[in-house]
Amino acid sequence: MYQTKYHKAASFDDAVAALGAAEDGKYLAGGQTLLATMKQRLAAPTDLVDLRGIDGMVGISVDGDSVTIGAATTHAEVASNAALRAVIPVLCDLAVLIGDPAVRHMGTIGGSLANNDPAADYPAAVLGLNGTVITNQREIPADEYFEGLFTTALDEGEIIKAVRFPKPRRAAYQKFPNPASRFALVGVLVADTGDGPRVAVTGAGSDGVFRAEALEEALAGGFSAASLEGASVDSDGLMGDIHATPEYRAHLIGVLARRGVAAAG
Amino acid sequence: MSTGIGARVKRKEDKRFTTGQGRYTDDVRVDNQAYAVFVRSPHAHAKITGIDKSEAEAMDGVIAVLDGHQLTGDGIGNLICGWAVSSKDGSPMNMGAWSALATDTARYVGDAVAVVIADSRQEARDAAEAVVVDYEELPVVVTSDKALESGAPQIHDNAAGNLCFDWEIGDEAAADKGLAEAAHVTQMRIVNNRLSPNPMEPRSAVAIYDSAEEHYTLYTTSQNPHVARLVLSAFYNVAPEHKLRVIAPDVGGGFGAKIYIYPEEITCLWASMKTGRSVKWTADRSEAFMTDAHGRDHITNARMGFDQNGKITGFKVDTLANLGAYMSLFSSATPTYLYATLLSGQYDIANIYGNVKGVYTNTVPVDAYRGAGRPEASFLVERMMETAAREMGMDPAELRRRNFIGSFPHQTPVIMTYDAGDFAGNLDMAQKAADVAGFPARRAEAAQRGKLRGLGYSCYIEACGIAPSAAVGSLGAGVGLWESAEVRVNPVGTIEILTGSHSHGQGHETTFSQIVAERFGLPIENVSIVHGDTDKVQFGMGTYGSRSGAVGMSAIVKAMDKVEAKVRKIAAHVLEASEDDIVIENGAVKVAGTDKQMLWHEVGLAAYTAHNLPAGMEPGLKETAFYDPVNFTFPAGCYIAEVEVDPETGVTKVVQFTAADDFGTIINPMIVEGQVHGGAAQGIGQAMLEGVVYDQDGQLLTGSYMDYCMPRADDVPFYTIEHNKTVCPGNPLGIKGCGEAGAIGTPPAIINAITDAIGNNDLQMPATPLKVWTALQAAAKPMAAE
Amino acid sequence: MTKVSMKVNGKAVSRDVPDNTLLVDFLREQLRLTGTHVGCDTTQCGACVVHVNGKSIKSCTQLAVSLAGAEVTTIEGIANGADLHPMQVAFNDHHGLQCGFCTPGMIMTGIDMVNRYQAQGRELTEEAIRFELEGNICRCTGYHNIVKAIDAAAQQMSGMAKAAE
Repeated sequence: MYQTKYHKAASFDDAVAALGAAEDGKYLAGGQTLLATMKQRLAAPTDLVDLRGIDGMVGISVDGDSVTIGAATTHAEVASNAALRAVIPVLCDLAVLIGDPAVRHMGTIGGSLANNDPAADYPAAVLGLNGTVITNQREIPADEYFEGLFTTALDEGEIIKAVRFPKPRRAAYQKFPNPASRFALVGVLVADTGDGPRVAVTGAGSDGVFRAEALEEALAGGFSAASLEGASVDSDGLMGDIHATPEYRAHLIGVLARRGVAAAG
Repeated sequence: MSTGIGARVKRKEDKRFTTGQGRYTDDVRVDNQAYAVFVRSPHAHAKITGIDKSEAEAMDGVIAVLDGHQLTGDGIGNLICGWAVSSKDGSPMNMGAWSALATDTARYVGDAVAVVIADSRQEARDAAEAVVVDYEELPVVVTSDKALESGAPQIHDNAAGNLCFDWEIGDEAAADKGLAEAAHVTQMRIVNNRLSPNPMEPRSAVAIYDSAEEHYTLYTTSQNPHVARLVLSAFYNVAPEHKLRVIAPDVGGGFGAKIYIYPEEITCLWASMKTGRSVKWTADRSEAFMTDAHGRDHITNARMGFDQNGKITGFKVDTLANLGAYMSLFSSATPTYLYATLLSGQYDIANIYGNVKGVYTNTVPVDAYRGAGRPEASFLVERMMETAAREMGMDPAELRRRNFIGSFPHQTPVIMTYDAGDFAGNLDMAQKAADVAGFPARRAEAAQRGKLRGLGYSCYIEACGIAPSAAVGSLGAGVGLWESAEVRVNPVGTIEILTGSHSHGQGHETTFSQIVAERFGLPIENVSIVHGDTDKVQFGMGTYGSRSGAVGMSAIVKAMDKVEAKVRKIAAHVLEASEDDIVIENGAVKVAGTDKQMLWHEVGLAAYTAHNLPAGMEPGLKETAFYDPVNFTFPAGCYIAEVEVDPETGVTKVVQFTAADDFGTIINPMIVEGQVHGGAAQGIGQAMLEGVVYDQDGQLLTGSYMDYCMPRADDVPFYTIEHNKTVCPGNPLGIKGCGEAGAIGTPPAIINAITDAIGNNDLQMPATPLKVWTALQAAAKPMAAE
Repeated sequence: MTKVSMKVNGKAVSRDVPDNTLLVDFLREQLRLTGTHVGCDTTQCGACVVHVNGKSIKSCTQLAVSLAGAEVTTIEGIANGADLHPMQVAFNDHHGLQCGFCTPGMIMTGIDMVNRYQAQGRELTEEAIRFELEGNICRCTGYHNIVKAIDAAAQQMSGMAKAAE
């Protein structure tokens, strides 16, 4: 790892100021991706501004049919939160599949979303459940937040404070892990929301997480696995690598969507 | 509780490992320690046209930046291959020159070009990035078949067409005739995938130079510290042997990758002299992927003929072995004498011919990895047998039974003389333990759940306990493959065993103590094992090829024989009895039929006080033995795998795994089972998960655990392990060896099971979900048919 | 350089280290607690697992400077004097280790999973143990005896937890 200067921010203003003063600074939360990247010298921020000490960044609050998760809440906390499970169990089911137990003890939802790795799990949750990313400046709807590989609508210096999820009627997440990295080779979140079906796909898209419109249209006729028979996803625009071809990924999206709809009940 | 032969004694060495007190090379910190970081070629093939070290040399903490011209200028020799193989025309293999630091050409991504020595690891790494190397890129070839094509890039000037050797074994005309007469011929193209050994402890070295004594000490991650010292001394000219101490402390797994003496250890030793600083280097995992010798990487075309009754009439094999960019220490032997000598498998085959071409490519050198040649042979033979049975409509177990060798000794047409075995018994035992009779019901039940269930056999044989020195010498080995032991009985009767074997997970401190405790009737706590330090232990050959039991323990037995002979003489003298009447039991030396005895420690004391010894006897009680095996040993067994495939995704689970092994005498079943578990997991890894991939530019696409799939706990099942036993007649304990069997026997069982499940035999390793799904599309096998 | 103070194995420690010092290097190089190992560069192998404030983390992917005031427990700190932790005993009893390099991380992960499942009242089945071991790679044992050891230790720890009630 290259040299870097560590700052622990006590407030949002503090964090913004520290980052503004840095030559090439980055915010740090759980560090499970950023520090791993820095160790390999693939990233070299001059400064790290740790957000975990800011009041109100951690915690899960349920307000009727909506849930708000603080950005520095760890995957382990999301996975095991009973109040959350009572309202949106799919978030718990998804969080427990991220990384491994030790990574889940450190990694955070805000960090994952700010990084927007194309094979991360949380982007599928936010997009599939039509969540809202709440920052220190504004609220960003899911459909406007994800802009491509490792790219989001966040402005320079903008900090995710929390993510708000509306309760879906039913939803499920199906993950097909890359056998080596255990990131999503394909991850599909299907949700029956008040505004119709949503199908979000991670791990597969050349531009990161996306909504599988063909499958959503098929599900509009009824939220059941049977509705998806014959519906397919085009392999154009899907990633190909040593673990999966675009065609295989396209096939898996269909399989996982069907299984997800069946699992959602 | 017994602690002798056959007892499940808990490991003596565990306490330090479970409490964090193991001492691995990277844990060693010495005075005046500096750190080495290597500058490595980012290109798979390139001329080095210049190295600008000035910026790096001026950086904080930098002590020296050294390059290959300085290294060779100081007389450091090129890396060697320790086994000379000749081509079928009698010509010697074409050895390409390999300098520890490349001077004019880099031949694989990761080839070391320079080294930075600095006060800290951070400073050394920063400076290594500042070394500017000018490269002129050359065309690249990474696969053995492409490397042999005309017009392929030339990797070494002295190896025309990238051919290192074109070697053969057996009788080609006889094999052709056998095939011509066959009623059925099975023909296959089989790829044995390229693997990265991945011991969890990365390689590491700490080199210390004492200028006053002109003496070097090297702490290193080695399976064979004496061999390392010999090679570093005799061939790399680092220092004469008596001025070089090599210590392999706790070593975190080897699997073959830590047999070799790599450029980094050589360079650290030389750099410690050059800089006057102790030099430490520890690989990070990406360096391990880039530079640890890989394993396997064969492309084989084979034909096996059968008569009307399913008897094998002939077997002909053509193999291309990818050697990588340079010859590694045993890389000539692995795809020849350790591979093709086992093409007979467990079967009585009169006519066999094998041709192996060793080929250079722009990839990291390939050498022995757990099994070393034998997994390639067993995968080939067992895939051929299973496929032939399917093609001929026979039960695969029955086809094997018809061809099993049934009497011993058995001379195969490919050098080996099998000394003992019970192949049908192994198969019976495995079939019973695996409940093969119940398989159709299990398959039907799986189909109800939408899963395709398959069953696959593997009846493997291997040769280990390597090896008779004169025999391997006649085949080209540069060393003898005996082992040494010293048994030191102290004046208080406790015993130290100094062994040339090296333990890096095998549990020698426990098993070696067991044979001593059993022999002299002593508590196991009174025995300690010393290994891994050339200053403490007499010359020894180290641990690989499952040889520590069959060869290492035999040397201990031989030394104990000498100790016992002297003990008898002393006791007979002191107790005024005939030597023939002396018996040793329960820690006492007795005169049979009387109450006269000396306790064990009293004999030790008598030997060292020397007040009352037989006339002319030397004082002391310490004996050394060198044991040279009379033959290879031949562990064999039958593995049966059952898998379930999800036809929608290609995801495959190993749901049942049964091993019936014949290892001869077993000292500690707990440890032996552990060896099979680990070997089987590596076999499952090879069959389903692991594969090194280079792109066509020679860039390593599987350079970390993000892309190279290591078996994890949820990838493997519990293993059912059974033991058959035919005693090995060739060594005093009757041991065959157990360290590699799992890795040798498992891959064919898995692939035979998956191809059985999916109804498509066209499947290469690793059978990832993508490959299985692709094969399923080709088979388009309706599930309802089952 | 930043002064980092934390409690390691019950003992207050303080060192001046560069900000980019990883916890694992702080433990190994500054405190010479070399039982915690490094087996990969990608936060996957788990040889470096320690407990921070009672939870398992990968010490190769956390800055020491960010853990000011934390309570860190390493493999060297889990035995009670001469009495080994039940997880340490179980690894010996069930031959859950061979070369020993991954073992400290396995044991720390094993203790963490048993504690979590017991706190949540969930059964730690064989399948659950294998799932929980996703972040720990062993090359020697084929995991068979690691799973057995953790299972046995879980029984033992459960008995101890009940006895303490």
